[in-house]
Amino acid sequence: VNSLIPPFKLHDVFVAPWTGQFDNTLWITLMGFLVTAACGLVGNYLILRRMALVGDAISHSILPGIAIAFLLSNSRGTTPMFLGALAAGMAATIIIEIIHKKSRVKQDSAIGIAFTSLFAIGVILISLYASRVDLDQECVLYGEIAFVPLDPPVEIGGVSLGPEPVVRMAVVTLVVIGLIALFYKELLVSSFDPALAFSLGINSTVMHYSLMCVLSAVVVSTFESVGAILVIAMLILPGATASLLWHRLPGIMCLTVLHAAFSAVLGLHLATWLDCSVAAAMVVMGAVLFGLAWLFGPRQGMLQRWFRRKHEPPPELALEQSGPAV
Amino acid sequence: MNARHKASVFAFLFLCTAALPAAAARIGELSETSISSQAFRFFTFQDPTVRYALIGTMLLGITCGLLGSFVVVRKMALVGDMLSHAVLPGVAIGFLWNMSKDPLAIFIGATIVGLISTGVVNILRQTTRLKEDTVLGLVLGTFFAVGLCLFSMIQHLQTGNKSGLDKFFFGQAAAISSDDLRFMTVIAIIAIIAIVLFYKEFLVTSFDADFARASGLPTQVIHYGLMLLVAFAVVIALQAVGVVLVSAMLITPAAAAYLLTDRMHRMLWLAAVFGMLAGAAGAFFSFLGPGLPTGPFIVLGATSVFALAFLFGPRHGVIVRWLKQRSRSHRVQRENTLKSIYHVLEHREFKGEGVSLRELAERRHETVEDAKAQADTLRRHDLATLHEEGNLIFLTPAGWQLACSIVRNHRLWELYLTNAAQIAADHVHDDAEKIEHVLGEEVVREIERGLEYANRDPHGRPIPSLADVHRGTAPAYRSEEPAGYGGKM
Repeated sequence: VNSLIPPFKLHDVFVAPWTGQFDNTLWITLMGFLVTAACGLVGNYLILRRMALVGDAISHSILPGIAIAFLLSNSRGTTPMFLGALAAGMAATIIIEIIHKKSRVKQDSAIGIAFTSLFAIGVILISLYASRVDLDQECVLYGEIAFVPLDPPVEIGGVSLGPEPVVRMAVVTLVVIGLIALFYKELLVSSFDPALAFSLGINSTVMHYSLMCVLSAVVVSTFESVGAILVIAMLILPGATASLLWHRLPGIMCLTVLHAAFSAVLGLHLATWLDCSVAAAMVVMGAVLFGLAWLFGPRQGMLQRWFRRKHEPPPELALEQSGPAV
Repeated sequence: MNARHKASVFAFLFLCTAALPAAAARIGELSETSISSQAFRFFTFQDPTVRYALIGTMLLGITCGLLGSFVVVRKMALVGDMLSHAVLPGVAIGFLWNMSKDPLAIFIGATIVGLISTGVVNILRQTTRLKEDTVLGLVLGTFFAVGLCLFSMIQHLQTGNKSGLDKFFFGQAAAISSDDLRFMTVIAIIAIIAIVLFYKEFLVTSFDADFARASGLPTQVIHYGLMLLVAFAVVIALQAVGVVLVSAMLITPAAAAYLLTDRMHRMLWLAAVFGMLAGAAGAFFSFLGPGLPTGPFIVLGATSVFALAFLFGPRHGVIVRWLKQRSRSHRVQRENTLKSIYHVLEHREFKGEGVSLRELAERRHETVEDAKAQADTLRRHDLATLHEEGNLIFLTPAGWQLACSIVRNHRLWELYLTNAAQIAADHVHDDAEKIEHVLGEEVVREIERGLEYANRDPHGRPIPSLADVHRGTAPAYRSEEPAGYGGKM
């Protein structure tokens, strides 16, 4: 077991990545940040709407869409992958609705049935056509964020912007931010108060399906770097941590992005130290940040609560001091 | 059911049913010569690998089906999903214990980590304002990530026998050894004994937790005991189904059984059988090709069973319900046509016998073509005969009887509503229009008795009596003594 955890050398873990291979480190960290930020921002709405596990279902279900798009187009092109994943994501949403509405199976079981079936189809396709699909079971599980710097760089007007996946992810993140800014009010109202949304003329069904579309698009663009399963943690962890620290949505959004940045940087260093999967290490650091927020959060943190309980008189005592009740 | 839903149901079916033959065809392409010999090897059971794989997958199917039934009726499907992903670090720790794939160490590690994850979920739910689904997703993702970190670290190790460890992700039934099998048998027996011994307790806490608590059952203990059993089931299924898909084995066979029966003990039997079938199918298909994971095939087998139950279930199946609904709407349509014919006849005070298509169409405010189609349906059901090139409709005795009884139901119900429920006479028609098709003979007689055999409805029209219905006479020939409207109930 000693050989499992390498000795912790401060220089190797924290300094070497930024001096030795600055380019590699920068692109991997940036990619991790962009992925976590985009997922976290969409994830906030999933948390608000109590659909966190629908996100889980969608992230599993897009696998057959991606595999079929690969097989049909014979390339790793962006457009077919997007379309395939979008179709699969929509199919999952509709199948869940049908099973739930047309039979007496409850929604939680319907989600479980739909996503495992679609994921199974995806895994079978990948293992059958392994030679033709540039995609394997490892990629589905771990993602390939460490190979991001190897992709050819994008150049616009002679200026090199960075590896293609990073640029694409940056565009996706900006689009997500733009959409949230544009439809902020609609999303907010339909998440918190569907009845009010209806009276304001906001179509909740359209909002729901649009959110699912954006979710599918984000999940598919993160697929190559973090795989199909870790993405669920990236969807939920930033928003959950932020909501432990703050209670208003704009603040939560900012904290989400901050959480994404921290977990990307710390995750990279953890992976450098332990020599493990980078995407998984980023999630683990995100979870550590969540744990810190849970313990030391300013309002609802465990430490604060314990402190308050110790220094405030218990409620019964307070009642007695305030005189006889009427 | 609208067209979009129908189309998607068929798309779903297509996906489920097309995947297996397509896979089989592709396997054939891969190894043209060996596919039949592989199938032959499978069915002769001479190879111990085949025997272990088949018995193992069937055992895990039974265990998961039994415990999954409780998971489904308790609406804990997503807890099962969380648990199945969260055991991954336990598998890695179990492997690290003595650097080999020792079933006992992996079992203990995975079970402990599974229970820890359940504990973390409970703590977070009690101490934060986060909702259950968020907490489940968070714990699932975090534990899975920790597991992946450990796995990638193990892969970089120089020592230890790491073969077969990667099979824990998507499952490989061929990797089941005789040690694994002995282990699975023990767990399956423990699960069965626990369910037999505590059947009543599990049942009561699943369906009526308040009653269980009131009658002094330790619901928390039972809940955690059940979670422990579910964790056992998940862990023995890991080897063959894999971490990612093992929740399907808990949910899908049990959900299929849930569609077919209303009794818990029957559901347990069915779920065990479905799980067993799915396991056997998965073991077979993954055996056909080299390097094919077992888990996805088992899951697709279970999904096919679910799809069949969903579509063709005798009571809750979509197709059966659709057929029932269609035949009901056709019957209502026929009865409405008969009623219109009766109205036309009544309008002429039952003079003349046939009703022309034009009269019927005018009465129903529709085109003559539609009226003709209606008349044809009546003829096909021997309720009417058509004369003068199909332009004149004569009711048969059966048709006349049915028409009378529908009108009788309608008018008695109207009278009942005005007299007994004090509803204004001009508000009762729409309600009677619906109820006339479903009132049984017994109920109608009771209403008639209650209304003291009144023979006029609130609008002053005669109500056909039982005698009219049976003799085939029209109510106009009867004496007109007491008017029903306003009478005593």
